[in-house]
Amino acid sequence: MALIRQALSQAVTLGMIVSSALIIWKTLMCITGSESPVVVVLSESMEPGFKRGDILFLHMNKDPIRTGEIVVFNVEGRDIPIVHRVIEVHERQDTRDVDILTKGDNNKQDDRLLYSHGQHWLKPQHILGRAVGFLPYVGWVTIVMTEKPLVKYILISALALLVITSKD
Amino acid sequence: MHSFGYRANALLTFSVTILALMCAMASLSDNLNSPSPTSQIQILNINWFQKQPHGNDEVSLTMNITADLQSLFTWNTKQVFVFVAAEYETPKNSLNQVSLWDAIIPTKEHANFWIQTANKYRFVDQGSNLRGKEFNLTLHWHVMPKTGKMFADKIVMSGYRLPEEYR
Repeated sequence: MALIRQALSQAVTLGMIVSSALIIWKTLMCITGSESPVVVVLSESMEPGFKRGDILFLHMNKDPIRTGEIVVFNVEGRDIPIVHRVIEVHERQDTRDVDILTKGDNNKQDDRLLYSHGQHWLKPQHILGRAVGFLPYVGWVTIVMTEKPLVKYILISALALLVITSKD
Repeated sequence: MHSFGYRANALLTFSVTILALMCAMASLSDNLNSPSPTSQIQILNINWFQKQPHGNDEVSLTMNITADLQSLFTWNTKQVFVFVAAEYETPKNSLNQVSLWDAIIPTKEHANFWIQTANKYRFVDQGSNLRGKEFNLTLHWHVMPKTGKMFADKIVMSGYRLPEEYR
């Protein structure tokens, strides 16, 4: 009986850790108004400002998108968000409709080639958020875990082992 | 209580907390800075002004850009991204912003500059509205810190006008 109780207690502890992480993530989503409140920089297209492995804090509100803002967007059909700067804005007179063009600071060309086939402009609904703050190097953990999944599995197994074998 | 594991864990947590605190303080120190940048833009020449085959107006111009952005730099500044955009209104669009030129300023010493350049990016309208168009030129800067919050602002310069006829 004592063994079952101990096993249950450890399962609850594990569940609590996972739930707290989830709660923190979802709260961040609410506060920043963005679906991904934190993103990791994956490419060198914004160097030297943002290097691979940096993380960006995002914020989204109803303010209109203007040139110069660093925005994160998803191209239709692709999962990986892109972080680039807005270089052109054309806002319609009567509707809130806006045409947006972006470009990476370190790229020679604008992003038209990155957009979906036949798409010349981004729209506000494609924008996930604006970059408002940044921390260097912290994102490398995510990059390593994505590009070498073995590291991820080892890490998770080690963590699970630690929780199970801890005396409290 | 005194095993290697516990000590390593305590050390790691403490150092990460201190690091996070230092990053936050570095970022907050940027708020103490009150910048006073200045800038002037002169249009030296309209190189050409055409209606492209797809029906949109395009203009190429040469500008003289001077700016003193030294007051934007703090010890926590990694670089300042500066760009010049043309802003104007058309019957179809309440606002058009087209970026004409940009540069990265890596240090304070580079921040007091003068440059004569043609527009780096194409100045293309959505349509054919640019003849005789009055527009503003805005100089924007984006201060990118070593850690923390990014700041952006701009200076708006008005009174520019495109020619009445294509050339």
